Amino acid sequence: MSELRTPLIGRHIALGAKMAPFAGWLMPIQYEGIVLEHEHTRKHAGLFDTCHMGEFRIEGPGADAALARALSHNLATLKADRCRYGFLLNARGSVLDDCIVYRFGPDNFMLVVNAACAAGDFAALRERLPQFVSLTDISEDTAKIDLQGPESHAALEQTLEKNFSDLPYFSFRQSSFNDAPLLVSRTGYTGELGYEFYLPPDKAECLWSALLAADSVKPAGLGARDTLRLEAGLPLYGHELDENHTPAEAGLAGLLTSEVDHVGRTGVTKVRERLVGLRLSNRRAARNGDAVALPDGTPAGHVTSGSFAPSLGCAVALAYVDAAHANKKNFVIKTARNELAAVRTNLPFYTQGTARVKLT
Amino acid sequence: MSNCPSDLLYSKTHEWTRLEGEEAVIGITFFAQETLGDVTYVEMPQVGDTFTAGKEFGSVESVKAASELVAPVSGTVTSVNAELENAPEILNASPFGDGWIARIKLSAKPECLMDAAAYEAHCAAEKH
Repeated sequence: MSELRTPLIGRHIALGAKMAPFAGWLMPIQYEGIVLEHEHTRKHAGLFDTCHMGEFRIEGPGADAALARALSHNLATLKADRCRYGFLLNARGSVLDDCIVYRFGPDNFMLVVNAACAAGDFAALRERLPQFVSLTDISEDTAKIDLQGPESHAALEQTLEKNFSDLPYFSFRQSSFNDAPLLVSRTGYTGELGYEFYLPPDKAECLWSALLAADSVKPAGLGARDTLRLEAGLPLYGHELDENHTPAEAGLAGLLTSEVDHVGRTGVTKVRERLVGLRLSNRRAARNGDAVALPDGTPAGHVTSGSFAPSLGCAVALAYVDAAHANKKNFVIKTARNELAAVRTNLPFYTQGTARVKLT
Repeated sequence: MSNCPSDLLYSKTHEWTRLEGEEAVIGITFFAQETLGDVTYVEMPQVGDTFTAGKEFGSVESVKAASELVAPVSGTVTSVNAELENAPEILNASPFGDGWIARIKLSAKPECLMDAAAYEAHCAAEKH
């Protein structure tokens, strides 16, 4: 099977990236090394190719009311030029995808979805939205690049020669780059101050290179993206979120403030299992699928993500455990090779992230 | 690709062996560390452990994966590289030098190991 290529494939090859298939795309996993890219993003700024992600445009009279019934997001309190994280749910209140809604106007939105879920999301939305609301898959016409890290703001202003200090967390602005439209969004997936850029694919290489020219910026692959988001306690679809778990089980019930009778609303607060953060005793990691038990051997659940956490110096894991055991402190993780002691800890694992820092 | 030192012997599972009289020093190759990526944990044998060539004697974890270490020779562990416990990244930086894993007193003559040229051919074949 041949994977799809992002417009930045030439840059990745020139940079010597290790490439691997991800969600149907050939993506850079690492350039110089996952740990180095992770640490550079925490201290300075990392540049990520996220062109694989899907983008839909939803517009037309009635779009606001129709979208509010199709998604979990509270659109009643979402102002123009702001974006919000939430879920596309199935009828049982479990998660078909997690996604960010951007509001351009009263009946004008963009939805950013996971690459692996995009086709299913589009079909579900088309079915849920009335025909008079226009739904367009703009993924092929949209490149996406993420710049993340405490020095991302300075690198952005230096590159675009514009002021972005007045752009608050989870808001966006239509800007321009090389005479092309550039959407700059203060969002990200690392727990650090950062930006996500949306622009025409033929300008992607140019923006990538311009941002990389800043001394503080290094390219970072999907490997570092995963360890950064794990430390920040952010869920990854297919691991912490899936069609068998509700947002409440994932610990995200606080996001469910919509008062609209949207698809999945009745089941969305159902809790059978709970997602917990586990800190392991040393560098040895647990992996997705490993069994979790109580110290006396009673089965309790399973690991959804696990890795050595470079910014913490030890291994961490996210796991679904039976709700009855979710308040217990001590667990044992049965890996393919060993039993590892784990202690439940609050999320995020990494608490010094700069994502919400105020710049003005 | 980094040249494999010609004074070492190599196994198909990417461990190297340096014979020193009745003892041998063992580690993993440049190819192995490059395939693994950043090494985050090394599960080492303990001094006094005995093992048999072809059997597992420990494991190496990277950010993305875990992989077992296969003993290239048979013998008893006389020392291990304690530095790796807190700085496993030495395995990436210096797989043939400071990243050595264990020293073994041989209990049998090494068998089925390759010289550098044969091992490099083996790696080239495995890459494709």
